[in-house]
Amino acid sequence: MESFWRILGEAVGLILAWDSDLIEIVGLSLRVTLSAVAISCVIGLPLGAAVGAFRFPGRMAVIVVLNSLMGLPPVVVGLIAYLMLSAAGPLGPLELLYTPTAMIIAQTILVTPIVAALSRQVVEDCYREYAEQFDSLGVGPFDRVAALLWDARYSLLTVALAGFGRAVAEVGAVIIVGGNINHVTRVMTTTIALETSKGNLELALALGVVLLAIAVAVNGAVMTLRASAVRMAYA
Amino acid sequence: MPEAAFHMAAPAPPMAADAPALLSARGLCFDAGGKRLIDGVDIDIRPGRRTVVMGANGAGKSLLLRLLHGLIRPTAGEVLWQGRPLDREGRLAQAMVFQRPVLLRRSVRANLRFALSVRGLSGPQRAAREAEAMERSRLGDLASRPARVLSGGEQQRLAVVRALACAPGLLFLDEPTASLDPGSTHAIEQLVLEAHGSGVAIVLVTHDTGQARRLGDDLVFLHGGRVVETGRAPEVLDAPRSEAARAWLEGRLYLDAPSAPGT
Repeated sequence: MESFWRILGEAVGLILAWDSDLIEIVGLSLRVTLSAVAISCVIGLPLGAAVGAFRFPGRMAVIVVLNSLMGLPPVVVGLIAYLMLSAAGPLGPLELLYTPTAMIIAQTILVTPIVAALSRQVVEDCYREYAEQFDSLGVGPFDRVAALLWDARYSLLTVALAGFGRAVAEVGAVIIVGGNINHVTRVMTTTIALETSKGNLELALALGVVLLAIAVAVNGAVMTLRASAVRMAYA
Repeated sequence: MPEAAFHMAAPAPPMAADAPALLSARGLCFDAGGKRLIDGVDIDIRPGRRTVVMGANGAGKSLLLRLLHGLIRPTAGEVLWQGRPLDREGRLAQAMVFQRPVLLRRSVRANLRFALSVRGLSGPQRAAREAEAMERSRLGDLASRPARVLSGGEQQRLAVVRALACAPGLLFLDEPTASLDPGSTHAIEQLVLEAHGSGVAIVLVTHDTGQARRLGDDLVFLHGGRVVETGRAPEVLDAPRSEAARAWLEGRLYLDAPSAPGT
């Protein structure tokens, strides 16, 4: 127990000292995760909204697939991305393997189904309320999706947050396609795994503290925003 | 669709009761859960007329409005708009206000703006309609407030004004004042009367006989999904011929099979 507090103290010291390695790793983690979440939202939000708002043959099958893909194992995603990006794969000529871009691609594959499936549910609830009014006003398909996404924006922030949580804490996919190369593709989760195995617990714990702090801060910000939206009756 | 029928200055001349129908239902039926909820309804809504639909709870009034407005498809029969099967164009020439106003999670002004923006109006047209609707709604001071924090009366006023801003030829109102205080009810009725004065035909569902007298030219009485009586509103209200309408007006529960349709 004593050594835990000692290690924690040293970890906090690293954070307070603004350790350059630590900053680099945290920065790359945020860059990769935020990029993946942003791309996932661009793809997943309209997709989820369309599935939530429209009735078409095979819709239930699409919902089942989306829901199932929410539980995609990260290592499987990493493996698929690896096969696509490796020299023999279809995207091999792009030479993206072991780059942050490869990690963004892997996380996007992982997070997009989460964003799409959750936004489908949010939008469907909203649409249930609006459907007759939209029909009465003669709102076209594009305007429907746009209006639903806008009106459900505060709930959809929570959806994006779920995607962020999944991406920032993920290790299996990024380690396969990123390779955990120092100063190139080393992110918080892969570094924690590596440094723990090396016995360098101070850096591992410092990154763990930062990871937790980021998760709490992002959650807090989104919840505060949503609460104020509820108070204002915009949510 | 009349261009901005709502803001015509002069009241439209009263339409003859035998003018060609604006909207007609022919043999309209609707089944759900193995039960016939609307049963062979024939109705003609004439231009510039105010038609009140009355009946006990569960008689099918709201369902009938939705069928007439094309929000749901009938199991049998058809709805005609100006003699042709009701299509999207026909529905855009109508508007509907629901019992519980459906307002977007936006400001008062943004709710109006959205309804106008999906109508394909030009920018200046939209701006003019929006300004006029804001003035008519008397919600100008609340234009930037979220629509959902307004009082029930204000919300319904916004819903009515939003519907009228789309310049409909026919306005459906499904118990628009069901949960409103007398002042708010009066404000809604004034808007309806102003709209009617500018030529908009009205179809109103209400349980309020006073409102039916104030707003109704014609009355359709439904029982068990069937039209059991139609006629001029004061005549039906003063001397109902069907047992179902008589029982309802006397405040008696009427559970028997529908009586033979009256005319």
